Amino acid sequence: MISDIKYLTDQFEQLQAEKKDGRLNAVRQEAFRTFSKLGVPTSRHEEWKYTRVGSLFNKEYRFRANPEGQDLDFFHLPGHEQANELVFINGRYDASHSCVRSAALVVLPLEEAAKNEYSDILKRHFNHSANYLKDGIHALNTAFVEAGVFVHVKDRRIAEHPIYIYNIADTREEQVFAQPRSLIHVGDHAQVQIVEIFSTIGNLESFTNQVMEIIAEAGSNVEFYKIQNDASHNSQVSTTHIRQVGKSYTHTVTISLNGGIVRNNLNVILEADHSESHLYGLYYQKGHSHIDNHTIVENVRPDCFSNELYKGMLDENSTGVFNGKIFVRQAAQKTNAYQSNKNILLSENASVNTKPQLEIFADDVKCSHGCTVGRLDEEGLFYLQSRGIPEKIAKSMLLHGFTSDVLDKIKCQPIRAYVDQLISERLQFDNI
Amino acid sequence: MLTIHHLHAGIEGKKILKGISLDIKPGEVHAIMGPNGSGKSTLAAVLAGRKEYEVSKGSVEFLGKDLLDMAPEERAGEGLFLGFQYPVEIPGLSTTNFIKTAVNEIRKYRGEEPLDAVSFLKLMKEKMALMNINQSLLSRSLNEGFSGGEKKRNEIFQMAMLQPKLAILDETDSGLDIDAIRIVANGVNKLRSKDNAVLLITHYQRLLEYIIPDFVHVLYDGRIVKSGGKELAFELEEKGYDFIKNEVNITEEA
Repeated sequence: MISDIKYLTDQFEQLQAEKKDGRLNAVRQEAFRTFSKLGVPTSRHEEWKYTRVGSLFNKEYRFRANPEGQDLDFFHLPGHEQANELVFINGRYDASHSCVRSAALVVLPLEEAAKNEYSDILKRHFNHSANYLKDGIHALNTAFVEAGVFVHVKDRRIAEHPIYIYNIADTREEQVFAQPRSLIHVGDHAQVQIVEIFSTIGNLESFTNQVMEIIAEAGSNVEFYKIQNDASHNSQVSTTHIRQVGKSYTHTVTISLNGGIVRNNLNVILEADHSESHLYGLYYQKGHSHIDNHTIVENVRPDCFSNELYKGMLDENSTGVFNGKIFVRQAAQKTNAYQSNKNILLSENASVNTKPQLEIFADDVKCSHGCTVGRLDEEGLFYLQSRGIPEKIAKSMLLHGFTSDVLDKIKCQPIRAYVDQLISERLQFDNI
Repeated sequence: MLTIHHLHAGIEGKKILKGISLDIKPGEVHAIMGPNGSGKSTLAAVLAGRKEYEVSKGSVEFLGKDLLDMAPEERAGEGLFLGFQYPVEIPGLSTTNFIKTAVNEIRKYRGEEPLDAVSFLKLMKEKMALMNINQSLLSRSLNEGFSGGEKKRNEIFQMAMLQPKLAILDETDSGLDIDAIRIVANGVNKLRSKDNAVLLITHYQRLLEYIIPDFVHVLYDGRIVKSGGKELAFELEEKGYDFIKNEVNITEEA
């Protein structure tokens, strides 16, 4: 069991002995110390109050599993023929299944990047997320970092093909605990679209604890899309940490449609004047699934803009959590930061906990936040029915309409069409 | 076409309609007028099938069928249309997509094939011209951010598209300036025929200058207290609703 510290210590020592990658050894050592101290968060941990992960750790998993699967046949996202594809199997980057098409990209194993001309970037940015996520789960990923990937988008280059990142758990033979790790460095005036998806092959349980760090340099433009539509016996903690170190633009959309326990941490750190960030999310859950979106927008420097909109529909026995923090540091005058979270509960048994949190230390800022939890709009339903549209179709049209402003934020067309289709099908077949 | 017999209805235990009887025949235009709170909008809501309202007594027959037994969408399928006093804003649903679904669902209800894209477009163009509505309005989310006048024109546009047998227009004139009233009235008049009927619910006589009713009924305290020809509307405008209230009160005292 992963909750067994003796087992983990053995595993950790074995890993450290195998690896001789200097800097990463030191980072791992530090992280393992943190993990040993903090352990797996319980509901007493403020950030984990509504998301109970303890039971996920009390299971037997294949840990540090090697990818077997030369025979692995997995789902490719639409448009993959024109995409760069990076594949993680059981948490390990697998070059043989991956494909890099854009000359604007450099893709390397993390260990290798730590040693060559990119080592400086790693030194400055790798594990910066630990400053914001002070819990054992994040530390556990770092403590066992291996077979991660480093992506560099070259200065003044546009990656003409999107990067599709697949986080695959292969549970055909055993339950799997996977910890993918990546660092994506988007150079000066570079531009890239990133799409990541999580999927499990096999019927056994999987638990993915993933960390991705993205650095946006001056003049860069980053679009990031996360799609979570895994089966209900697959749980994940998925962390995306974005540092905007130069004046830059980032745009993220997180779509969560299915899964067991799903926890997302999305951090955006605005470290350069006049940076801009957009954070959008849509969750549509049913069964007993649990979706938790924790976001942080940190305004360090003046004149930054951020806009955040998360919308959710919760059906059957599903539960949702939204926690959106906005920090405005003293130097961050003229910050504009907006946040909104809107929820529709589709059943008596579904629930959501939503909490905006603003901490403002500057005096000349514009910030707003709001959240709503409601039921399907009866007025709207009657309006559509009075025009001859049967109740079931009317409901699905209203809910589809509710999702549309977030879906419209997906600027990668094949992905937008794909997500729209998933939602439309669900709306058509679910008994809302 | 529509026969309301001794209808009693209310909401959350509160009685609002207290015995309404009304008979509407094909080709007729009826106007229901009355002061605020007299039950005008409740009558429209009950006829269209809003489920919050409970009917405690009475019956409504529409084209030989029991109207109160039908779901709202079935009533629309049978040819009933309600023009809303406050059209609902539906974010994320384009007006075109909405109307297309409505037209085809009603056709499906009647056992007809859905309209193909070309015929639908042709029909829409024709009705857009009638109601002075442009394409950009129709590609926007339904009623979202529409002005008061745009919302009401959109209601009549929907009516034109759905070609109902009986249109109930609930205070379609409220909040409209004189030009908008003309457009709306013109739309309604163009759709009048010997086969269909209109029930206008209005607070003011103004709309009735443009859509001339065959019958005017005054609703007060949940009952029709006076019926007459179009001249009754002018009388009301002149004397105000107080004279009706006085008449009713006198009768009750006597």
